[in-house]
Amino acid sequence: MSQSSPATLQAESEFTLESLFESPEGRKILTCMQCGMCAATCPYGDVMEFPPRRIIATLREGDMERVLTSSSLLNCVACYACMAKCPRGIRLGEVLLPVVKEQVLLRLKDIPAELQKALQNMLAYGNPEGMSPRKRADWVKDAGVPVRILPEDPRPTDVLWFVECHGAYHPRGVETSRATAKLFDALEVDFAILGNEERCAGECSRGAEGEPGLFDLLREHNMATFGKYSFKRIVTSGAHAYDAFRFSYGDVGFHYPLEHTTPFFSDRLDQLTPLLKKELNCKVTYHDSCCLGRHSSFYEEPRRLLRAIPGVELVEMCHNRVNSICCGGGGGGNWLDTYYKSKGYERLSERRVKEAIATGADVLASSCPYEIPRFEDALKVLGHEEMVVRDVTELLVEAMEG
Amino acid sequence: MDILVVLKMVPDIVEELTLAADGTGLDRDQVRMILSELDDRALEEALLLKERHGGNVTVLALDAPDLDDALFAALAKGADRAVKVTGAGEGPSTRRAATVLGQVLEREESLQPVDLILTGVQAIDDLDGLLAPLLASLLGLPFLGVVIQVSVDGSARKAMATKECPNGFQARFEVDLPAVLGIQSAEKTPRYVPVGKLRAAMKSRTIELLPAPPAGEAALVAPELLEMKKPEEAGHAEFLEGSLEEVSEKLCEILSDRGLM
Repeated sequence: MSQSSPATLQAESEFTLESLFESPEGRKILTCMQCGMCAATCPYGDVMEFPPRRIIATLREGDMERVLTSSSLLNCVACYACMAKCPRGIRLGEVLLPVVKEQVLLRLKDIPAELQKALQNMLAYGNPEGMSPRKRADWVKDAGVPVRILPEDPRPTDVLWFVECHGAYHPRGVETSRATAKLFDALEVDFAILGNEERCAGECSRGAEGEPGLFDLLREHNMATFGKYSFKRIVTSGAHAYDAFRFSYGDVGFHYPLEHTTPFFSDRLDQLTPLLKKELNCKVTYHDSCCLGRHSSFYEEPRRLLRAIPGVELVEMCHNRVNSICCGGGGGGNWLDTYYKSKGYERLSERRVKEAIATGADVLASSCPYEIPRFEDALKVLGHEEMVVRDVTELLVEAMEG
Repeated sequence: MDILVVLKMVPDIVEELTLAADGTGLDRDQVRMILSELDDRALEEALLLKERHGGNVTVLALDAPDLDDALFAALAKGADRAVKVTGAGEGPSTRRAATVLGQVLEREESLQPVDLILTGVQAIDDLDGLLAPLLASLLGLPFLGVVIQVSVDGSARKAMATKECPNGFQARFEVDLPAVLGIQSAEKTPRYVPVGKLRAAMKSRTIELLPAPPAGEAALVAPELLEMKKPEEAGHAEFLEGSLEEVSEKLCEILSDRGLM
C-alpha cells in the first residue's frame, strides 16, 4: 500500500478509537477483564505479537497505531475460538478483529502475493481461484444427475443450492458438489443452482480478509441475483457462504430461510437411512469446521449422519466440537500458507491432521470445502497418505452406491 | 516530475477466445478486456517514482471496453489524471495506436510537459512490443525497452534505467529526459487497490475525454491482417519404450524411414 497517496491517508483517517467504541459491541470491548482466554485458545496466539487480549489492552491505552502497524492480525484465521471462549461474551471474531484487520491491511506495505491475487480474482471473476465466471456451472455436465440451472430454466424451485467457489471450480470441491447433487436427487429434492450468475458469497473477503469493500460488492451482486428468482429457501454446501448469509447478509435485507447441506441432510435421515446400504467398514474422525461448529453450533448433525452409515465407527480427536482446531483456511489463511511458512509458523492443517492420525482413523471427514484439499495436502506433507479425507456427503453417497 | 503512463486493454485469456465470423480478429462480443499486466507494472513504477520525487502521474489510454474500470483503479492507486482518447476505432493496430497517441501527445497542451513516458514493454496482442519504440520515434524521444528499474536524478533531466539483456545480463543506461521506457517489471508487485477506494474513486474522480485526431493523417503504414486462426492440432508425441537398445533401434528406424539417416 502506498503510504503517501491521498486516497490511502483518507481511508486510514476514517478509523478512530471513538468510532470503534461508539457501537454497542465496541463498548462491550471495554468490559474485557484481560483474563487471556482468547490469547490462550488462539491457534496462532503463540506467534502473535498482538493476540486479542493485548489488542484490547493496547487500544484501551489509546496506542492504536502500534496494533495497526503490526502484522499480527494476518495470523487471524477467523476461527471464532477467542469469541467462543470469552467469559465476557465479547464478539471478538465478529466485531473487533475484522475492523482491526481491515486497518492492518490498509497499512501493510505489501499484501502477501497469494492473498492479493485471490482478492483481485474475486473482484474480476467472482471467485478467488481466478477461473472464468462463464464456466462456473461447467461441473454440472459430469454431475451424474440432472442439476437445473436457474438462468436457463427459471421456474420456481424449492431449494436454491448455493454451490460456492470451491464447489464449482476446485477439482476436489467439484467431487463434493457431485455427491451433494446425488443426495438431493436421491431424496427427490426440488433443487436448482444459480450457475454462472452465482458469485463468491464473499465471507473470506469480509472482515476476515480485511476487504469489506469487496465483500459489499459481491453481496450486492448475489442479493440482486437472489431477487430475480423464486425459491423457498437457500441451502448452501459452503460453510463460509452459510456464515456470510447468516451473519453478514442480514444488513442488506437477506431474509430467506437458510440451511447448510449437512444439517439439511441430517434432518432427512429417516428418508436417507434406508438408502445407505453399503458397509463402509472404516474408522472415521470428524473435524468440526469453524463456521459450522463454533460459529453456528452444528456439532451433532454431521455426527448423526456419519453414525447412520453402516460400518462406520466414529472416533473423536482430542480437540473436538467447540475446541476444534482450525484448518488454517479461514480469514484469508487459505491464501497465506506461503506467508506462514516463510515466517516459520506451523501450518494449522498439519497440526490438525496429526490429531486425526493419532485417533487411528482411516477417514478424516469434514463439512467445509476448504478443509478437504488443505487436509489432503497436509497428509502429503507429513507423508501419511493412508488416511483419506472425505466430505460427509461423499461418504453418504459411497454408502448409497454400494 | 511528470510521468505519463500509456495503458492498454487486452483480451483476458481466462476466458476462451473465439474468432469473429469474418476470421480476421477476435469476436469482440465474447472477449472480456483487462488491463495489460505489463502496463499495470509500468503504472506501479510511475507511482513509486512519484512517491520518491513528487510530481504528477497521468494515465492515458485509447478507448476500449471496460477501460473505465482500469482508469478508475489507476486513480484510486494514486494517479492524478486519467485521460481517455475516444474515436480511434475498435481494436486499432499497434501502429495506428502509436500514431493516434503520438498526435494526441503533440497537440494536447494539458499533457505537456512530460518527463517520462512509461508503458508495458509488450502486451499479449503486441508481443513485438512495438508501441513504445514507435511512440518514441514519432515524438523524437529516446527509447529503452525491457526496463526493470528506473531512478531519476534530482533535476529530473536524466534517468538511470536498468534493462534486462540476453543471457541473464543486466545493463544500466543513462538516458536524457524526456524519454519513453518499455517496462518489463516494476520494483515491486503492482499494489492492491481496496474495492472501497476504487468505488470512492468512481464516485469522486472523473475521466477526461479527448477526441482522436482524424485517421490517415501521417499514419504509419500497417500490414493488412488477412486471416486469424487457432493453432491446429497436428499429430501427437510418440513415446519410445523398452530397454536402451530397443529404444535406440526404434529411433534409428524412425530416422532412416524419414530419410534422415
